[in-house]
Amino acid sequence: MYRTVKTGTHVLAQGTFVRRHGDGRIEINLGDRHVIGLPVDADDGTGQGNVITRLFGTGYWRGGLFAVLATLGLGFSFPHDAAAQEELLNVSYDPTREFYREYNELFNDWWEAQGHAPVTLRQSHGGSGGQARAVIDGLEATVVTLALSADISAIAERTGKIPEDWQSRLPHNSSPYTSTIVFLVREGNPKGIKDWDDLVRDDVEVITPNPKTSGGARWNFMAGWAWALKEYGGDEEKARAYMAELYGNVPVLDTGARGATNTFTQRGLGDVLLAWENEAFLALAEQGEDNFDIVVPSVSMLAEPPVTLVDGNITSDAQREAAEAYLEHLYSPEAQALAVKNFYRAWDDSAASEEDIARFPDVERLSIDEFGGWAKVQPAFFGDGGIFDQIYGG
Amino acid sequence: MADIPVQAFTPVTTEHRHFRAVLIGISVFFMVILLFAPLATIFATALSDGWKAAAEGISSPDALSAIRLTLTVAAIAVPLNIIFGIAAAWAIAKFDFRGKAFLITLIDLPFSVSPVVAGLALVLLFGSHGAFGTWLIAHDLKIVFAFPGILLATLFITFPFVARELIPVMIEQGRAEEEAALTLGASGWRVFRSVTLPNIRWALLYGVLLANARAMGEFGAVAVISGKIRGETTTMPIMIEMLYNEYLSVAAFSLASLLAALALVTLALKSLLEWRFAGQLAATRRH
Repeated sequence: MYRTVKTGTHVLAQGTFVRRHGDGRIEINLGDRHVIGLPVDADDGTGQGNVITRLFGTGYWRGGLFAVLATLGLGFSFPHDAAAQEELLNVSYDPTREFYREYNELFNDWWEAQGHAPVTLRQSHGGSGGQARAVIDGLEATVVTLALSADISAIAERTGKIPEDWQSRLPHNSSPYTSTIVFLVREGNPKGIKDWDDLVRDDVEVITPNPKTSGGARWNFMAGWAWALKEYGGDEEKARAYMAELYGNVPVLDTGARGATNTFTQRGLGDVLLAWENEAFLALAEQGEDNFDIVVPSVSMLAEPPVTLVDGNITSDAQREAAEAYLEHLYSPEAQALAVKNFYRAWDDSAASEEDIARFPDVERLSIDEFGGWAKVQPAFFGDGGIFDQIYGG
Repeated sequence: MADIPVQAFTPVTTEHRHFRAVLIGISVFFMVILLFAPLATIFATALSDGWKAAAEGISSPDALSAIRLTLTVAAIAVPLNIIFGIAAAWAIAKFDFRGKAFLITLIDLPFSVSPVVAGLALVLLFGSHGAFGTWLIAHDLKIVFAFPGILLATLFITFPFVARELIPVMIEQGRAEEEAALTLGASGWRVFRSVTLPNIRWALLYGVLLANARAMGEFGAVAVISGKIRGETTTMPIMIEMLYNEYLSVAAFSLASLLAALALVTLALKSLLEWRFAGQLAATRRH
């Protein structure tokens, strides 16, 4: 199990627990190195995650510290005095609506308990690729929380508003929660769909969104590709033929994951929906457990939807502080538990309920790095004239 | 009286009774399937959890802000289109000039261009990588993904409605009455107010109602340019789609009912006016 620590006000790390030090700090293992820091625990209430709060305890002391620093002219912006409420615009992708609706409340409660004025949190949702496009065209996102790193990298490349090395700014490739790709089938699995090879049968219709606009669709594609490569012993030609057959069974390509889910669940099209695991669970919860079943394939992807700050759109230091805290707090045990509750696989499940954790079946999840990372996969597979173009309608 | 010849009564239609029944049946069938059933479904779904749930769906802060935004956009776009529509129709119907046919085609453009293309064109023009993007950013002006963009898209889409209603009426009426007024010494403004406006008011009203309905209901062009920020740049149609996608069917259909009701109110208003001024209407139609 992962534990979360803070080593400064803005440095977060998550790793496996190693040992507890005498001063209350704990040591965790990040794989390549050990980090010692203050634990960010689920049960320590509000405030303890913040080093300054922990050191000075009460609001009185905290206020005093800031007052002294302000008098010394150190240029600290004092959040209490901020006249206008800070605004953050979170531009996100389709399936995170429910999660961020709850997280925004959680964050604001915590943020206020830290002695800050509440921030106005605004949300925008859509297909991941389309949302990235909107930010490139001028949508003033403070933070982006998209489906895959390629979309954020596209913003970084085309606007320069995000630094090139953005993905190393937060733990776990800047992905506070992960998911995988599963199959959603109709109740009782009437077509007997068990694994990827069933998807190319003549009697099976597959619903998946358009990889050109949807981040989830690209994970779907790569999951199928991963299985095919494994099945055919790394033969790319055969994998290509398999994917061509699979997309030959797709009657309609929606632009986003939620559109595809609605096509399958409400319009009743298709026999199997390739979906984010969280999206599939949500469909079960919203549309009735009796209508659909989840089938876990033998191979799938470790889908890492990353988050980052859009530095170029930050207008003030106070806004930056709030935005950074907004993203970092996603790694807190409370937020991680919320992610688990909303059907995401989180890293630190110390605060999540047993029942929520038990929902996730074991599945072999391949990282996109096995295919060279999104920087390589995006142009080769989904760029103009890439593998998807070659097999679909080509 | 006696010298009026007596005519035998002939029914208007001579078709067989069954044939007429079939024709009427077909019309009624399509009316029910295409118009009544969808409308009834919207209201039925909205009320499926009772009045209270429906009212809550409409009164959430996001929904209220969507209603406010839609009404504001319509309140600005429709008057602007009235001014533009009358000016354009006046120029086309009452004057001869080179490029008149081209102007008519230009006015029709928003009808033939897909709304999505219209929205994208605005993004390309005013977006941060667009033709005016750098200038707009330098002057801290927000057009796309903000209120001005939504207004621009709505204006573009509703551009032809008033003009298109007025042009045929004004052409049909000719310029004889205006010329008569002028020879009697009336000023340009007086001619417009006392002669032209009374002649076109029914066409104008109809154009305004159509423009208003479209301004409130436009989805495609606005969806491209809105940025979909909840409670800020989501108009009613966009909010409806978002709520539906969030599995909040009751809230989505409550808002849809409200939008449909607004359209029905406009139609009712039009019928009421037509009924109230039936005499005058007949008089104007004499032309």
